[in-house]
This record gives sequence, C-alpha cells and structure tokens, in this order.
Amino acid sequence: MGEIIKVGMADLKTCSGDDAVTTLGLGSCVGIAIRDPGSGIGGLAHIMLPDSTEIRNNGNRPKFADTGIEDLVSEIVKKGGNRSKLVAKIAGGAQMFAFGGNKSDMIRVGERNVIASKKKLEELKIPLLAEDTGETYGRTVIFYPQNGDFYIRSVGMPEKII
Amino acid sequence: MKDLNMEQLTNQYFDVLKELGNIGAGNATTALAQMINCKVDMSVPQVRLLEFKELGEIVGGEDQIMVGIYLQVEGDIEGSIMFILSKSAAAHLVNKLMCGMLGIDEESADDYQFGEMECSAIKEVGNIITGAYLNALSGLTNMKIYPSIPQLGIDMAGALLSVPAIEFGVLGDKILLIQTKFSDDVELDGYFILLPDMNSYEKILTSLGVM
Repeated sequence: MGEIIKVGMADLKTCSGDDAVTTLGLGSCVGIAIRDPGSGIGGLAHIMLPDSTEIRNNGNRPKFADTGIEDLVSEIVKKGGNRSKLVAKIAGGAQMFAFGGNKSDMIRVGERNVIASKKKLEELKIPLLAEDTGETYGRTVIFYPQNGDFYIRSVGMPEKII
Repeated sequence: MKDLNMEQLTNQYFDVLKELGNIGAGNATTALAQMINCKVDMSVPQVRLLEFKELGEIVGGEDQIMVGIYLQVEGDIEGSIMFILSKSAAAHLVNKLMCGMLGIDEESADDYQFGEMECSAIKEVGNIITGAYLNALSGLTNMKIYPSIPQLGIDMAGALLSVPAIEFGVLGDKILLIQTKFSDDVELDGYFILLPDMNSYEKILTSLGVM
C-alpha cells in the first residue's frame, strides 16, 4: 500500500505510483484532482476562493482556483506528467449554511468556486471527466493518480467513487 | 486602513480580543448555567491566529463531526460569528436543556442523531452563547450589533470551518480563533470565530481607543 498525502486548506500536493492525495472536510472549498493517465502522476489542489485577480492580498497562489490550478498543472509537468494528456475531476463547492440577503455573494462562494475551477480547466484545455459538487454537505476526498479513482466520503452517506 | 491585513495585527489588539473573548465567554457561561440550571465553569479563552492548514487539527481533526452555529452580524459593524463544538458536547447540552429527556449518556452522545427539536434547542444554545459574546462587544464598544437568525450545520469540522475561513481568506492567510472550555460534569470544548469585515475592524479598534 502506498502513502496517503494530506493536502490542507489553500494547499496543493502531487504524487505518483501507489500513493494517494487526500483532503479532509471540503466545504465550500473545491478539491481539484488532475492526473496524467500515462505516467500516473497527478495531484490535488484545495482552493478556497474563485479568483485571485479580485483580491489584492493574493500572494498565496494555492488559495485561488485560477492560480491554484495553474500551479498544480506545472507541478505535475515538472514531475514528468504529459501536459497535453492531463484530465481532471472536481469535488466540493457545497453551501454549508443557508443565508439570503445582502451577503449572498460571499455565501454563494461554493458555487462560484466550482464555476471558476471549470472555467480555468477549460481555458487550459484539461477535460473534466467527473464532478461531485454543490449540495449542502462536506466531503472528504482521496485521489489515486495511478488509476484516477476519486473517493468521496460524506457524513451519513455511502462512499462514492467518481 | 484598507491595507490592513491579519499579519499586521498587534499584540495590543490581541489582548483586546482576548479580553472581549473573556468577557463574552463569561456572559455566555452565566447564560448557559441559567439555561441548563447547573454550575458551569469556564477556562480563560485562548485567542490564536492560525494558518488555514492548522485550523482543522486544532479542533480535533478536519473530519471530526462537529456542530456549528453561524450568525451574521449587522448594525454598526458587519461580519459573522461562528460557534463550533463537538457533536457529543452538543448532544450533552441538548440533553441537559431538555431535562435529560433524551437519555444521552457519555457513550451514546457521539452517535446521537439530532431531530428537529434537538436542532432547534442547539440553535438556541448557540444563539445565547454568541449573543452573550456580542453583548460584551457591543457594551464595550458602544456600538449597535444585531445578530441574524442562527444557522445550524452538523458536518465535518473542515467543511464547517471552510465558511469562516473563506471569509478570512479574502483578507489574508490566517484566521482568528477564540477557544473556550466550558465544563459542568463533562468538559465541553467550544470555539468562537469572530469575523468582522475590514471596515468594522477599524471601527472596533477606534471605539476601544486602540487606534
């Protein structure tokens, strides 16, 4: 059995071989799993906000969908992944609390994270193979870049593989 | 002031927040003790500025199931406040509140399934605790602060905490956590996350004479 590498909030990690990458308790954040099926090299990014250009204090690149995905792709390529063969799966972007009113923009951040992630993947021409996004519950995800299995666990629900 | 970020917060400001935390938690403890009609002790609150990565570990693991009560704050300042505690602590509190009607003991508290009534009760506990905290802030700063209706979430700690973390994420790379231990016959660990928006920080600091 390989090692399972933990990815924190606003963080990204890559791995290969039998190893897996995991992130626990994704809420409104989005977990973006990208891999190169040929080499089995891949990684997971845990982004918190949709767009680095909207925020002045944007030095922490893995925090944002746009810069986080860019960095994940370049990490995978640096490890030996084939840039033109990359594929992606995403999970998360839940709305944990139901609020209406004036702060709805902040509250819809989960949805906006998902949209921004998809937009960036499209821009980079990385096909999105599967997703498990939205809803109102948290997700723990484990990604195996070797075969592309993306395990999703939620409280009180059976485990899913996408 | 627009350039203020979490990294630049001074020790003095920390002390102010810690004191607010202390008074708020004190008020909350009294309110809680009256509500469940027994003696409740509290520890001195710890105020910490954490990296996002550390957040989950502090509260006992990102996949630990927790109960979070989240309110938005309006009035002279804007922002939000979250009170989060372990599911077993929440079950214990609800049981106390309902005069032991649920028959929860220490073993069964972890797996207890919350129904509508229990959710409503725990929201009320959260309302009182966060309300007491906001009262302290309001009293000290002489500002009007109105909390919204509480929203309840029962989920993995990481998922609940992602909501305030994202709001903090707009400002910087750290999050401000106030930890208080309540105890009656069992120890209850509670965490506050107070999250005023940027302009409100200025107002709070100004009205307290820190800036």
